[in-house]
Amino acid sequence: MDLINSHPVLDFLHGEKVSFSFDGKIMEGFEGEPIAVALHANGVRIYRRTPEMKRPRGFFCAIGKCSSCFMVVDGIPNVRTCVTPLKKGMKVETQYGRGRILFQPGEEARPCES
Amino acid sequence: MRELTTDVLVVGGGPAGLSAAAEAAGAGAEVIIAESDLHLGGQLVKQSHKFFGSKDEFAGTRGFEIAKILMNEIAQNGDRVKTMLGTTINGYYGDEGVVTAMVGEEEYLRVIPQKIVVASGAQERLLPFPNNDIPGVYGAGAVQTLMNVYGVVPGKRVLMVGAGNIGLIVSYQLLQAGVEVAAILEAMPRIGGYWVHAAKVRRMGVPILLRHSIKRALGGEIVTGAEVNELDEKFDPIGAAERIECDAICLAVGLAPTNELLWQAGCAMKYVPFLCGHVPLRDKYMRTSNENVWMAGDVSGIEEASAAMIEGRIAGLSAAKALGLKVPDEKFDGYRERLRDLRAGEVGEKIRAGVEAVVVGGWEERT
Repeated sequence: MDLINSHPVLDFLHGEKVSFSFDGKIMEGFEGEPIAVALHANGVRIYRRTPEMKRPRGFFCAIGKCSSCFMVVDGIPNVRTCVTPLKKGMKVETQYGRGRILFQPGEEARPCES
Repeated sequence: MRELTTDVLVVGGGPAGLSAAAEAAGAGAEVIIAESDLHLGGQLVKQSHKFFGSKDEFAGTRGFEIAKILMNEIAQNGDRVKTMLGTTINGYYGDEGVVTAMVGEEEYLRVIPQKIVVASGAQERLLPFPNNDIPGVYGAGAVQTLMNVYGVVPGKRVLMVGAGNIGLIVSYQLLQAGVEVAAILEAMPRIGGYWVHAAKVRRMGVPILLRHSIKRALGGEIVTGAEVNELDEKFDPIGAAERIECDAICLAVGLAPTNELLWQAGCAMKYVPFLCGHVPLRDKYMRTSNENVWMAGDVSGIEEASAAMIEGRIAGLSAAKALGLKVPDEKFDGYRERLRDLRAGEVGEKIRAGVEAVVVGGWEERT
């Protein structure tokens, strides 16, 4: 993780370090901190692709308002990763297009259509 | 669907909302604070600089420390104040007296409040230019969150767009975090923020390019640079664009009130450029034209956190009074005086003019 090591004013109190996956790759982050922040610290910049133009989208507003960081988390699409806390073992995936809604409870998560 | 009832629902746990909750609970009301983020304090938690203004509003104290002071004040009221994090109020159904809340991404619930204080804050403005949507273009607030709350830098070399207070302060904070600031662009012929903030970044060697704007972000997928142009007095580009190498572009071009809930609640609104967008009409108690809805902070017009805290106190107190709780009138006078002091002088000129355009004598005309 790429983190600020020393700061003249601030101390960073991180929580427990946990592992999660991004598109199948295992990464580390701090539990309880936003998923989007953990991805950014791991060098991930592209979080989703838009439905029509397939444009890349990443971290933008950080307050759950702009929809830029929507991703598929544990099979659920359109998760605002900038305000959703990271949990151990989470499966985070790039979202392609609008994402696919799971209709059945317990329905197995399927990859989104690209 | 789960259902909650409360005397006062405070929408937003930033400086305005926390102050409103503290006052309402202090007067004896049961309060729920609904905060969409994962922590209370709103934008205060990422303000690592010391505040200006008046001592009553914690001048000389760093923003994140002010947030702690407010949270401690709320804690004094025991369990009269309940906090819901990760909770977005997204629907107002006035006829049924219900608002809907989304908790996390999947859970919805109904809240039945007697009174509502909307302190939903603001959101960043975007600037139109090619490639403004690609990763590497950030809102200034997002950069502050990444860096000052979570200790993650946005990039190695940042181009800042906007030399208002936010652009200047965030530039300085980037330098503190060890990030290079390539330049600060400002379309106006003068720096918008305070002289002291500008002097700090200039001393550290960051160029502030007045009459300059961004032409486009470069990079197919992720920002690798930017083209910038000098502007003439009509804001049209002059000459050939200059290339600036950077891996992040930070937009600090202003904020707009997050006013959707107030529109839904049928509050009479007015577009006021000095307050940066559509804001509700209000009486001197921060009450909207909807008798059950108050406002405080940036949603009532973009201003500083110090003013937001006083507005919150007035709104929270007034909501408590409307519930029939005992509230001494002198308290309102005291807060209004502090607000007047804060908005005095040249610095507060635009805010005073903005507020004058939306304040009403009373709501007798209410139907």
